[in-house]
Amino acid sequence: MSTVFIALQANEETRPIIEAIEIDNPQAVVNREPAMVKIDAPDRLVIRRETIEEQIGRAFDLQELQINLITLSGNVSEDEDTLSLTWNS
Amino acid sequence: MDMKTEKKTLNLKERYRLLTRDLGWEPSYRSADEVFPYVKYEGIKVHDWGKWEDPFRLTMDAYWKYQAEKERKFYAIVDAHAQNNGHLNITDARYLSALKLFLQAISPGEYAAGKGFARVGREFPGVGTQVACQMQALDEIRHAQTQIHALSNYNKYYDGFHAFADARDRIWYTSVARSFFDDAMSAGPFEFMIAIGFSFEYVLTNLLFVPFMSGAAYNGDMATVTFGFSAQSDEARHMTLGLECIKFMLEQDPDNLPIVQGWIDKWFWRGFRVLGLVSTMMDYMLPKRVMSWREAWEIYGVENGGALFRDLARYGVRPPKGWDDAEKAIDHMSHQIMLGLYQWSFGTSFHSWIPSDDDMEWLAKKYPTTFDKYYRPRWNHIKKLAAAGTPFKNFGLAKLCQCCQLPVVFTEPDDPTLLCNRETVYEGEKYHFCSDGCQQVFENEPEKYVQAWLPMPQLFQMFDGDVAAWMDWVSLRDGHDNGDYDGSRDQQNFQQWRGLATSNQ
Repeated sequence: MSTVFIALQANEETRPIIEAIEIDNPQAVVNREPAMVKIDAPDRLVIRRETIEEQIGRAFDLQELQINLITLSGNVSEDEDTLSLTWNS
Repeated sequence: MDMKTEKKTLNLKERYRLLTRDLGWEPSYRSADEVFPYVKYEGIKVHDWGKWEDPFRLTMDAYWKYQAEKERKFYAIVDAHAQNNGHLNITDARYLSALKLFLQAISPGEYAAGKGFARVGREFPGVGTQVACQMQALDEIRHAQTQIHALSNYNKYYDGFHAFADARDRIWYTSVARSFFDDAMSAGPFEFMIAIGFSFEYVLTNLLFVPFMSGAAYNGDMATVTFGFSAQSDEARHMTLGLECIKFMLEQDPDNLPIVQGWIDKWFWRGFRVLGLVSTMMDYMLPKRVMSWREAWEIYGVENGGALFRDLARYGVRPPKGWDDAEKAIDHMSHQIMLGLYQWSFGTSFHSWIPSDDDMEWLAKKYPTTFDKYYRPRWNHIKKLAAAGTPFKNFGLAKLCQCCQLPVVFTEPDDPTLLCNRETVYEGEKYHFCSDGCQQVFENEPEKYVQAWLPMPQLFQMFDGDVAAWMDWVSLRDGHDNGDYDGSRDQQNFQQWRGLATSNQ
């Protein structure tokens, strides 16, 4: 098993995004650090546009994540609907 | 009845194809070899540049939109910092040493990376690669500018910030980072990508930025948190570029593997040595510490680097050669470098100090197998000398490693009581190294590293050993910028100004 992770700035914009990630990835562990939230998951993490839109109540472009992204780990794959991080371990 | 409306926006893949791929063209009146003259000499074989794709599929129009948003957020907070006495909100002025070191050694590295990516963006034939490198070149220049801008607020009040560009070019400890970037910029385009895009961005950048920014947050430095996060929001893209580039090289031709592996070995070790400066910052310079260097290494080195190399094993890549030596050094390096910085503090444009009893308790807890045994006795001895009015100062010049340019202060991987020193004779000249890793880098390309600009010999070549003249040349103001924090102007001013800000006296 390898850990993939994504870290986002802790702010009002990312709060519902983090909630959406928790909904879609029940195996993920959310670490809240000063000014930063780091989300770890075993081998795979998926971020879904639809779930974020349900949480924030408006249309969301996954590329908006770029603004509050701090770091990530894993092979990235992105299209309109999902951003996934995976390790082949 | 529902009306079906035509979808107006392009999807991500179509947009990426039209705004990136379609920008490429085949040269007609010159050959591809003439247009891209540097892409073959390193021996990397590429059969289809079209196979390289940015997984974020970021196009230039979206890039400008999001970067503008990041800049707006950044300047709102930098303004607030300046307007609200941000320079007095830090835990205490010892924290500033970390910022000075960052500004002198790392911010110029961002600028160097910007030049490097502008160059490789021109030298790579693949259009996807060109666009990603162009974005990264712009990012790196933005990072240098925003860092300098944010820290200029501190320059209004504190010593050691005023001449970072001279420090970058001339002082000694900065040449560690400088030689790293110069080495990468003078390599071929593929090696540059492994050096900066892969080894530095992917394997090591988390160890630099994430603890540094969390450190700023812990120590009340809003301006640095902001430039750090603003820069770091680009790093995820840089890391992804580095990882995609290495996978691309390995997928294009099996002959590329040994070349790529050699570069991974070299650049991991080069980067690891640069991070030695970061280890002292984390363990010693932050008044309020986030985590120890050892703890950061566990998360971002062992766990994350381990995951990365397990993933790349499918291409036949193994972890870098110096990995085990690095692991053995983790519990020693911050102490060894801080002892070095303290004893040569006459020549640093930041302050160092003897750790307090509380600090030593913390270090003993974080380094249970090494601190009390090897380093506390040395600090206690130094403390005794200081109390007796004979502080320990080393006015001899440090012997520098010909490769990483750090003073040769490290111990043998398997014997922490024995100084590690390696020598190689090349064309009748003797060269010194701090480790097997640095010696091997030299021995693979001696004709490159014999040309290294080493700061210590400059003192004799240019000033005949006259330290005061050297200080003028590096713009170091003796008694202000250098020496012990205890009794410094920074210490006095911070206490006085904070007193004024929190009382009516």
